[in-house]
Amino acid sequence: MLSINNLHVKLGDEDKQILNGVDLKIGAGEVHAIMGPNGSGKSTLSYVLAGRDGYVVTDGSATLVGADLLAMAPEVRAAAGLFLAFQYPVEIPGVGNMTFLRTALNAQRKARGEPEVSAGDFLKLVRDKAKRLQIDADMLKRPVNVGFSGGEKKRNEILQMAVLEPKMCILDETDSGLDVDAMKLVAEGVNSLRNAGRSFLVITHYQRLLDHIAPDVVHIMATGRIIKTGGPDLALEVESNGYADLLSEAY
Amino acid sequence: MGMIQSRQDQLAARIAGQVPPLGLADARADALDRLAVTGLPGKRDEYWRYTDPMILNEPAARKAAVFDASDETPIFGAIDRLKLVFVDGIFDASASDPLDLAGVQIDRLAECQGSDHWAGAFYGVLEKAGQTPVNRPFAGLNSAFAREGVLIRVTGKATKPVSLIYIHKSDSSDVMLHHCIKIERGAEMTLLESGLAGARFNAVLEVELCEGARFHHIRAQGRNHDRHEVTHLFARLAAKALFKSFTLTANGALTRNEAVIDIRGDDAVAYVAGAAVGDGKFHHDDTVFVTHDALRCESRQVFKKVLKNGAVGVFQGKILVKSGAQKTDGYQISQALLLDGDSQFLAKPELEIYADDVKCSHGSTSGAIDETALFYLRSRGVPVSQAQALLVLAFLAESIAEIEDQAIAEDIRSRLEGWLARHDH
Repeated sequence: MLSINNLHVKLGDEDKQILNGVDLKIGAGEVHAIMGPNGSGKSTLSYVLAGRDGYVVTDGSATLVGADLLAMAPEVRAAAGLFLAFQYPVEIPGVGNMTFLRTALNAQRKARGEPEVSAGDFLKLVRDKAKRLQIDADMLKRPVNVGFSGGEKKRNEILQMAVLEPKMCILDETDSGLDVDAMKLVAEGVNSLRNAGRSFLVITHYQRLLDHIAPDVVHIMATGRIIKTGGPDLALEVESNGYADLLSEAY
Repeated sequence: MGMIQSRQDQLAARIAGQVPPLGLADARADALDRLAVTGLPGKRDEYWRYTDPMILNEPAARKAAVFDASDETPIFGAIDRLKLVFVDGIFDASASDPLDLAGVQIDRLAECQGSDHWAGAFYGVLEKAGQTPVNRPFAGLNSAFAREGVLIRVTGKATKPVSLIYIHKSDSSDVMLHHCIKIERGAEMTLLESGLAGARFNAVLEVELCEGARFHHIRAQGRNHDRHEVTHLFARLAAKALFKSFTLTANGALTRNEAVIDIRGDDAVAYVAGAAVGDGKFHHDDTVFVTHDALRCESRQVFKKVLKNGAVGVFQGKILVKSGAQKTDGYQISQALLLDGDSQFLAKPELEIYADDVKCSHGSTSGAIDETALFYLRSRGVPVSQAQALLVLAFLAESIAEIEDQAIAEDIRSRLEGWLARHDH
């Protein structure tokens, strides 16, 4: 599904190198987690994959189902099936949540040569998916993320994921700022989307999210590289021992 | 002294050979007398600091190519309305509906002598009052010389809007229109204005709202590029009156819209709003003066401009709260979205308050498109041009929200969508 090879990235406006040769392969239907200390490059990796400005790829490649991801505009990546759940979902005053979702869905469908979804069908689709995430009608009517609590914003990200039905979902610290109940709700939302054709990359600081979204593979990232890869046990090891042991092993 | 002389000279050149129409002679003579004292404005006048009046001062209109807007359905086309058509500033009876609407008396300024008509004691009165504390010479010029316009007296609730439609057929037409509207106690009407009036256009609209009267005004200026336009809207509100005016401006080399709102009666409400979009040779000036002179009144000014390729936006907005106008609630916001580094927004918000128990706020901002929001939309699959249009419309939405009628608001919104699609580069 997603294949990242020797990815090197620096910040566009300075010489600071952030990613120093990331290698990662995620198969269809797999859930991978990336853990790592602050500043290890986890969020940068997610932004570079989604196509945010301000980063320069100096070496390496990233492909989604064989297509060169790095050559595509952000909207083309989305239509190709990539989805990034933001760590800090953006507030957009003046744009209604429903308008936003419908515009996004139909833009993706149009790009893929599929017919647009009618207003009536769309309403039904969203209501059904929103209900499962306990998102009420009022939240759908309000401008995108404006006045939403931290938990509401994250649930709204998962709602977008559910409506857009991407192939490759990247969750950037979706657990940050959530209380236990909100985290469970988000995790349930994610789990309900798991299937053989959809893959996940879950970026997190803490093991606790992984109690709810069980990963197949866990990677540890530090100083812009994957320094260790293992099974779910690796996350537990980090939780009890911290990153220090792993970091010293790596150097 | 030299400057004063030059103002008089400009006036003399501007009006040389022109004779005021015969009707409403006293009001016109008075306007001319006032004008003789002030002359025409100059660039060094504080009130014209951000907008050069030179082209408006010139004796003849500069040529403006006749604009073909047939790629768009006419605005307000779906609204049931009474249509009054002016071609290059001359009323066209054959293209207009009969001047017949229940509860509304409509006459032509061109046919009004004054003495036996309600407008005889009305014409120019609010314009004259609006010359203090700031001179507005183009409004005086209009009162002195305008031959055409409508005189509307509303005694009931108008069943449909009165729609003034301007058509531009000559590339050198120098148009002046003067409209007078009096809305009697408890009466209500909506006035629509649309179309391209001429190469140069000077418009005055005087509106008097008696107790409990309601007036809605929605104006669409555009889309011709070469026009030079100066408009004045004078309104006076009695107790419990409601006044709402919205202006859409698309394109235009020079547009100066002045609104002078005088709130005289308690518990009255006045909203003025505008959305302006310009690309390239575009200078757009909103100059607003709201005076609160009564208890518990509310006023709002909401102005938004989208500017690109060197377009210039100006906002001069003032709220004056006179002593005794307690419990005033005044709000003013002016914002510009600069789509590139070449465009400019010049804003002068002012509050002058002589009462101690009032709530007044003002804000003015200019900025670029929010890149984070743009990326967020694109990351969900929305193409960059569509994402930009969504964000621009979202920016303008607060001003469009000032329009009460949803069908009209939606029409305005779709015009802006069309403009954005045409200027998407």
